[in-house]
Amino acid sequence: MINLLLFPIILPFLFATILLFFKENIKVQRLLTLFGLLISLVASLFLVAKVKADGVQAITLGSWPAPFGISMVSDMLSALLVTTTILITLFVVIYSFTAIGQERERFFYYPAILFMITGINGAFTTGDIFNMFVFFEVLLIASYLLIVLGGEKRQLRESIKYILVNVISSALFVITVAYLYSVVGTLNMADISVKIAEIGQPGIITVVAVLFLIVFGVKGSLFPLYFWLPGSYAAPPVPVLALFGALLTKVGIYAIIRTYTLFFVHDIGFTHGLLSALALLTIIAGCIGALAYFDLKQIIIYNIVIAVGVILFGAAQMNDAGLTGTVFYLIHDILIKGALFLLIGIIIYVTGTSNLRKMGGLMKTHAPLGWMYLVAAFGLAGIPPLSGFVGKLLIVQGAFEAGNVFGSMIILLSSLVVLLSVIRIFIYAFWGDPTLVVLPKTNRSTYRKMMMPAVALVVLSVLYGVGSEWLMPYMTDASNVLLQPSIYIDAVLKE
Amino acid sequence: MEFLMAIVVGILFMAAVYLILSRSLLKVILGTGLLSHGAHLLLLTMGGLGGNSPPVLADGVSVSDYADPLPQALILTAIVISFGVTAFILVLAYRSYAESKTDNMNLMKGNDEHD
Repeated sequence: MINLLLFPIILPFLFATILLFFKENIKVQRLLTLFGLLISLVASLFLVAKVKADGVQAITLGSWPAPFGISMVSDMLSALLVTTTILITLFVVIYSFTAIGQERERFFYYPAILFMITGINGAFTTGDIFNMFVFFEVLLIASYLLIVLGGEKRQLRESIKYILVNVISSALFVITVAYLYSVVGTLNMADISVKIAEIGQPGIITVVAVLFLIVFGVKGSLFPLYFWLPGSYAAPPVPVLALFGALLTKVGIYAIIRTYTLFFVHDIGFTHGLLSALALLTIIAGCIGALAYFDLKQIIIYNIVIAVGVILFGAAQMNDAGLTGTVFYLIHDILIKGALFLLIGIIIYVTGTSNLRKMGGLMKTHAPLGWMYLVAAFGLAGIPPLSGFVGKLLIVQGAFEAGNVFGSMIILLSSLVVLLSVIRIFIYAFWGDPTLVVLPKTNRSTYRKMMMPAVALVVLSVLYGVGSEWLMPYMTDASNVLLQPSIYIDAVLKE
Repeated sequence: MEFLMAIVVGILFMAAVYLILSRSLLKVILGTGLLSHGAHLLLLTMGGLGGNSPPVLADGVSVSDYADPLPQALILTAIVISFGVTAFILVLAYRSYAESKTDNMNLMKGNDEHD
């Protein structure tokens, strides 16, 4: 089973291709999507077990020797991210059955999701920098379709902006790869790392590092480059928003973590100093946005920006605790953002608005929704038994060990702001006098069907927090590879 | 030769940035076209412009005479991708013109209250 690490990429791709033939048959679309995601999930769980048992898995397509063919590499970080991606997609797809509407389902909604998963899993697994560009384009083109599908006026307007920003950053990606290729003369990521170590990172490589930070910073919404995100993410319907919010920025973050732990490790003072400064500014900008709005979607969207800052700040510390915390927090954030978006989708469904000022008293009519939302909100803020705690604790510990006292303070204060912003939703939507608000007529069974995947995700995130002791070996495996690039390089360039 | 190409690419990027910052959506799309031309030319230039023979195996050509085949493959990939995206964005611009009756980027704004 040497090809095991390709299964999470190929299986969604295969099923997406098959689904193109059954455009009108919604039942077949749903069943095949569900089935495809389930067996991809099984394959990715096997992959995690395999990586845990045997170390980093690497193959080179077509059996060419390593630097000459395209390498696919699955270390623990990629394997965990691939598994989480498929898991979250599974829940969002189940949620979509009731939430997205037949009109969208009939126009390639599920194939687009599966193609996007192909791109995301490919970007997590690839070991070749140009191949990563191609997988980025695969997921971006699928996301263009998902963001505009339905063709409402607002979607059209915002998707033009989203596509323009991504076209420009993709061109910049090509330019950066061109510069890097002219310096090191290779595209294989392990080989690039070796070549950069040989020439000892001269100034031009640091320039390339900053260019990569700009490229991936646009995708992952880093501080001065996050301007496109709040508008674009608010346009598509909630299930699409949940997928985007949980997954798309994480691909950019993963790319930054990968390049900054594998390539650019010889001038840490400048590159990683820049990264942590930008990460802190990202947190501050996100906090301001999260407090400024009275719109459910916008508050959670700005929480994505905050989480990007926290994760990248942890990655910039380059020590054991910081990187382990980063991996912990990255996966926690995918789960909890998915859960939160699904829950606010339900709140929007039962109240008919996303404006906080127009709702209230939901606790009397929808108590389970309220309790689930409260658990998810506490998990997001990092209240101890829940999922956000261990990651943030380790990131703060790593920052203290690296001497970044000021940065740690900002991380801790940002948790308070996060808690405040999500509790504000709880107070406005769930407390208060229900008689003052007229709820639109909603279908009780639709509400129940939407609750199922959301509740399952919240429970999963709670288990993730409670079982962190059990998950710790996986996280340390992931951070070990990040800390010691030689493990990654040896696995790819064996012999 | 590389120096000359660098200047040409620079001019392409300059024109692209100017067009992308303009008000009309069609000019912006033209700008993205120029931007991808610039990126592809840069990829070709950065691969090195040495090598007189096309990278096709032939008798009597020594290895050092071939042009570097790798950047050409990369460019071919990038061209197809940017072609697909450009086609998509052109149709999107057409649809958006039909829907909102304007191609002025400054007028394409609004928030929840105005939709």
